[in-house]
Amino acid sequence: MPSPIIAFEKVNKWYGNSFHVLRDIDLSIQTGERIVICGPSGSGKSTLIRCINRLEEHQQGVLRVDGAEIGDDIKVIDDVRKKVGMVFQQFNLFPHLTVLENLTLSPMWVGKLPKKEADARAMEQLQRVRIAEQAHKYPLQLSGGQQQRVAIARALCLTPKIMLFDEPTSALDPEMIKEVLDVMIELAGQGITMVCVTHEMGFAKAVADRVIFMDEGQIVEQNTPDAFFNNPQNERSRDFLSKILGH
Amino acid sequence: MSTYAPIAPRPAPAAASGWIGWCQSNLFHDWKTSLGTVLIGLVFLALAPKFFNWAIVDAVLNGGHEACQAAHGACWAVVKEKFRFMIFGRYPQEEHWRALVCTSMLLSLILASCTRAFWKPWLPALWVLVLVMYFALMRGGVAGLRYVETDLWSGLPLTILLASLSMVMAFPIAMLVALGRRSGMPAIRSLCTVYVELIRGVPLISVLFMASFMFPLLMPEGFNIDVLVRVLAGITLFTAAYMAEVIRGGLQAIPKGQIEAAATLGLSYWQTQRKIVLPQALAMVVPGLMNNFISTFKDTSLVAIVSLYELTGAMGMAMNSDANWRAFRVEGYLFIAFIYFVFCYSMSRYSQWIESQVNKSRQR
Repeated sequence: MPSPIIAFEKVNKWYGNSFHVLRDIDLSIQTGERIVICGPSGSGKSTLIRCINRLEEHQQGVLRVDGAEIGDDIKVIDDVRKKVGMVFQQFNLFPHLTVLENLTLSPMWVGKLPKKEADARAMEQLQRVRIAEQAHKYPLQLSGGQQQRVAIARALCLTPKIMLFDEPTSALDPEMIKEVLDVMIELAGQGITMVCVTHEMGFAKAVADRVIFMDEGQIVEQNTPDAFFNNPQNERSRDFLSKILGH
Repeated sequence: MSTYAPIAPRPAPAAASGWIGWCQSNLFHDWKTSLGTVLIGLVFLALAPKFFNWAIVDAVLNGGHEACQAAHGACWAVVKEKFRFMIFGRYPQEEHWRALVCTSMLLSLILASCTRAFWKPWLPALWVLVLVMYFALMRGGVAGLRYVETDLWSGLPLTILLASLSMVMAFPIAMLVALGRRSGMPAIRSLCTVYVELIRGVPLISVLFMASFMFPLLMPEGFNIDVLVRVLAGITLFTAAYMAEVIRGGLQAIPKGQIEAAATLGLSYWQTQRKIVLPQALAMVVPGLMNNFISTFKDTSLVAIVSLYELTGAMGMAMNSDANWRAFRVEGYLFIAFIYFVFCYSMSRYSQWIESQVNKSRQR
């Protein structure tokens, strides 16, 4: 078996002294795998993926991303962040920059690409998320679904090996969820490693190689989508599924 | 089942038009607004003719102090008589042209710097060049120009010099201090906090006093820094402390998600501040910053405490030095009040333009 691109070994994290948010997390993700993480709110799923690019620090255990151990070494973190794209629930686009400037910022200032090349790369990614005609607008002039697609394109401009999605459709109007999911499904077909925190079970069924269910800081169950949805092994997962699929 | 019939959009109901309509809705809306309007109108009618008579009808425009003393109205002749003294103060009379050229040059540079066309990488170099020329010409002692000590620089040129230089220097200091107060490093954070609290805890006048009298006492014998530089440093440090707090207010309004997004894109701390945080934070605090700029402009009048005579000081000196005209200081003060107003109002209008520019990205 090849070495995993992301490996958690007995990772623990606390908020303050008392809130044990990640408990003995063991998880390895292979290159090209598409993972969906679900679970009730407060179960630690966002914290888990935010540890991967060090937006959160873990306090115990070992976390390796593409072979490098994530710790206090800033060089390693910088390096990892260049390989990991992230999409947030609240989009977090830069409102004072145009769509195109949002996309070229990192390639020009971090990647030291000349403006022309950065523009070309940005337009290519905007076409990929089917929004190239909005390149010169400001983010707040776009709909939520369009903004989230821009955010995906912005992350793709890093040419990342791994894409993290933190509830990318939770802040969207129902009408706009599909346009974002369509882009994500297309991306999933292109071999990039994806880790998605989402409650979109349709998306999980369609593209996930593995579904991970978390509760109270622990990984309760991990399985193929088929097995997870049709035959959950754990009472907790069964209960959770009945709540989100039950209506 | 009801059928759906689309409703075409209609224009909003027309507001009352014309000036009669405007008066009805704004001045005589109900009995309370009408009463207010009438009362304010009466007060205005009672005072306006008096002022009008004093300022225009009975005013003396030309003539000597005897004519002014005989008249009932304002003595605008004092402005004409003392104009050069009020504007240039103690700067030697035959060299006034130098102060005029220098100030015009500085004002042109300031105006140019306010326009988009000059927001280029070479702008700081242009400032350095203009300031070198300014000091050479103003100070003299080169190319056969008479040497003029800095404590003779006065009047409006001094006001403009002190205000513009202290603003230009205070702004970057304020940004660094504001960032420092939110730094993760405790030493830097406490240093910045102590600076802001110390400076805010004392009046400007005592900062100037210390800069001018106490600083030389602490320095070794024979070591002397020009009084103008010391005063400039005092005003700059004072303004920067207030401005830093205004900017910090803007920094705090930036959502955490912006900084996280910048981090995931690999931007360094300074890149994040420069490209993401400061542009948004400064755009939010334009009104507060302009408030600072305007009060700095007027606070320069306090340098009189250390025997520098900017516009207000020069005006006071012009009046006090001549017993014949001393009675007409009200007119003199109204005149310089008008000068202050022109500058401050221009700054205020400029800030409105800046606001409209930075809000472009927020418009739909």
